[in-house]
Amino acid sequence: MTYEVVGITVLWLFLYGYLIVASVDFGAGFFSYYSKRKNKESVIHSIIQRYLSPVWEVTNVFLVFFFIGIVGFFPDTAYYYGTALLIPGSVAIILLAIRGSYYAFATYGAKESNFYSFLYGATGLLIPASLTTVLTISEGGYISVDDGNVSLLYGELFSSLYSWGVVILAVVSVLFISAAFLTYYAARAKDNEAFSLLRKYALTWAFPSIIMGIIVFALLEQRNPEHFASMLEYWWMFGISFMAFLTAAWLIWKKKNLGIAFIMVMIQYFAAFFAYGASHLPYLLYPHLTIYDGFTNEAMAAALIIAFIAGLFLLIPSLYLLMRLFLFDAEYVEGRR
Amino acid sequence: MFDNDPVLLSRILTYLTLGFHAIFATIGVGIPMMIAIAEWMGMKRKDPHYTLLARRWARGFVITVAIGVVTGTAIGLQLSLLWPNFMQAAGHTIGLPMFMETFAFFFEAIFLGIYLYTWDRFKTKMKHFLLLIPIVIGATASAFFITTVNAFMNVPQGFEIVDGIVTNVNPIEAMFNPATPTKISHVIIICYLTSAFVLATIAAVKILKGNKSVYHRKALHMTMVAAAVFAVGTAVIGDLSGKYLHEYQPEKLAAAEWHFETERGAPLILGGYLTEDNEVKYALELPYALSILSGFSPDTEVVGLNEFEDDVLPPLFIHYFFDTMVFIGMYLAFVSTLFVFLNWTKKWNAFNKPLLMMIAAGGPLSILAMESGWIFTEVGRQPWILNGIMRTSEGATSSEHVGLMLILFALLYTVLGVTCAGVLRKMFRSNPVEREMYKRGINNYEV
Ligand code: HDD
Ligand code: HEM
Ligand code: HEM
Repeated sequence: MTYEVVGITVLWLFLYGYLIVASVDFGAGFFSYYSKRKNKESVIHSIIQRYLSPVWEVTNVFLVFFFIGIVGFFPDTAYYYGTALLIPGSVAIILLAIRGSYYAFATYGAKESNFYSFLYGATGLLIPASLTTVLTISEGGYISVDDGNVSLLYGELFSSLYSWGVVILAVVSVLFISAAFLTYYAARAKDNEAFSLLRKYALTWAFPSIIMGIIVFALLEQRNPEHFASMLEYWWMFGISFMAFLTAAWLIWKKKNLGIAFIMVMIQYFAAFFAYGASHLPYLLYPHLTIYDGFTNEAMAAALIIAFIAGLFLLIPSLYLLMRLFLFDAEYVEGRR
Repeated sequence: MFDNDPVLLSRILTYLTLGFHAIFATIGVGIPMMIAIAEWMGMKRKDPHYTLLARRWARGFVITVAIGVVTGTAIGLQLSLLWPNFMQAAGHTIGLPMFMETFAFFFEAIFLGIYLYTWDRFKTKMKHFLLLIPIVIGATASAFFITTVNAFMNVPQGFEIVDGIVTNVNPIEAMFNPATPTKISHVIIICYLTSAFVLATIAAVKILKGNKSVYHRKALHMTMVAAAVFAVGTAVIGDLSGKYLHEYQPEKLAAAEWHFETERGAPLILGGYLTEDNEVKYALELPYALSILSGFSPDTEVVGLNEFEDDVLPPLFIHYFFDTMVFIGMYLAFVSTLFVFLNWTKKWNAFNKPLLMMIAAGGPLSILAMESGWIFTEVGRQPWILNGIMRTSEGATSSEHVGLMLILFALLYTVLGVTCAGVLRKMFRSNPVEREMYKRGINNYEV
């Protein structure tokens, strides 16, 4: 593997990590608000609180890692995306800021407020929608570059079927991933009421998520035929993804092995996400920027990779400790601590 | 005046975001240290008052950390959005510490999550205390890494530019440039100092309002002892920062001191104002002090502003920011050592009203000093974004929408600031310390 490929793989891995942990968090916000409206709040509220409280800050760092890391490995992305994304990027920042801080306010500070939980729920769907614009734009045709002036074509972006398809895919995926995780967590907590409600949510969102995946796949053919063609070369990874999905849905339906079911959901997204990413290469921004012309110098690349490996030695044991205390500790999960 | 100039608007927006973030960042680095000291004292002296202090500080800290995190995320993204050309250059040269900073955050975030939710979960108190060590290290390391980036902006090194292309990069040399030692030590110690004073302000205000509980007295004493140590350290390191400027950025020092003619035995100018033809009026002059600040001895030669081209000079108003910072630094050192001294001799009452009022002012003043310090050093680097290499105007975005974003972010920070204050007030009002001591069976007596 070249440095370029190592670099993009590391970043993609963290983005995948963000996709999973953030989806759980975003979806939880929505379910919590939705069930509150339906007066079922008490049922799932405490489940959500117990899992999310200790980890929300960690979730955010996954994202920070990605966008700081990409400037380190591929400095030219700062130039292209930075210039083009001023508005969508700022909107995403503001939504993230509202979500993060109001979450803390509501959880640790003030008493329960409907307004806070509305913000928490609404941002949970708007953030994934705004963040996925970046992936949409990377397909090309949404940015104009003339003599060094980069700008985003808003008309093109908002009138494109593909871009709306991606937004819907993102939202339904968030809801599905989140519900699948919370179903597992509720089962571990032996909270039957919450479990049956969350299981219902998981099953509701399972099929929309796979259908949207297929629709977006089809829309990409018109949008970027070159990318579509190379995606077909990775058909087997999409095959794995689909099988994993079927297994997950079946297990949740049967109320069996819910931990495995969630791992299947993770595999489903892992396979699809990496197949999408791998077939997108070498482009970072089609057709202007590839990983080869946007790459940092060798000395920096080597330093970043060494720092990354050293960092992992620090992070993996700590993450393990966090999970052991809050995720795998039966007493904590069941609310006895 | 604004004319929709993306460069100017980007500068204002960066100023706003960093200025707001800096408050939360500074106490985010310092407060874990104070919590650690309190929890340690509580454990070693078996004194539940200190443990309760740690507990209550930690609870408030969660709120400020949340804002630190979200505004920090904003800066991280905004730097790419507003300064794409600068970030492109920075990515090639100084990407390493930026990247390592995220590991420091990660480390800190994980242990903070654990710490907050495991107060009564471990069998020994020691285990819970140990969780603070990675938090303190993570927070301090993130200040360390990000400050090396800022140091690099002042003395860019560790690369060459051949035909407009960056080559021969040495990331370690870029990180450990001549500005690094004084900058990181100054920034880290002022984080501790500011946090100690902010917490002291809370205790002082309580006592001034007539609360006689021993809890607040212990809090005040502990924070003042810490502050005295940090304040003296800050002054010493600040002095070394001056020597660094003399050596590497003489134009910044000269601008801060309105020092026009190169000379030996240069005086330090405090306050005053500058006439149209660069005459200093109504200022207090300390003879030889600038030479001593620059190089230990009164006959150090200090380079004057007249040696430089006009278009590479920073605005001269930074003088006031420099003065504000140094004055407050002296004030904080004076107030905290006086308190510690009075309390130690036992002959006088350290908890007298005027001194308490001076301590109470110390928290807000230390924040003001921190902001002044940043403005002094950042504006003092203008017109460069990378000193001597890239001008600020060359680093900025060309987008036309910065003005709108400026308005949105100003709104966001206002709302965040106001709610943060409101939530903190409510949190401590609805659970006063007397009630918490009663509930936990801690003996509360008055002195
Ligand atoms: C990445 C490194 C970095 C670091 C650690 C800091 N800054 Fe800085 N600062 C920048 C990167 C930067 C910048 C984005 O690169 C700016 C924009 C224009 C410029 O020259 O540098 C800047 C400008 C800038 C200005 C405006 C100067 C002007 O345009 O006249 C102020 C007042 C500050 N910053 C204040 C701060 C504060 C309060 C910081 C502490 C949290 C801080 N800086 C740390
Ligand atoms: C331009 C410079 C800066 C950038 C790009 C930056 C970036 C960030 C980012 C991305 C975060 C959020 C991290 C998370 O999600 O946990 C953050 C938070 C924080 N930053 Fe900054 N920062 C800058 C300046 C500073 C400075 C100068 C300091 C210290 C003196 C500092 C200290 C902190 C602290 C303490 C937090 C609190 C959050 C936590 O505890 O994790 N930052 N910063
Ligand atoms: C007591 C005497 C003090 C002296 C002589 C002093 C001196 C200095 C000098 C010379 C610089 C510029 C360094 C550079 O541009 O590289 C600086 C920067 C700064 N000062 Fe101070 N300082 C003092 C107290 C304080 C206090 C009390 C605070 C805040 C509570 C503070 C906060 C800062 C900050 C945040 C910076 C910018 C970071 C840096 O460049 O190191 N200073 N100080």
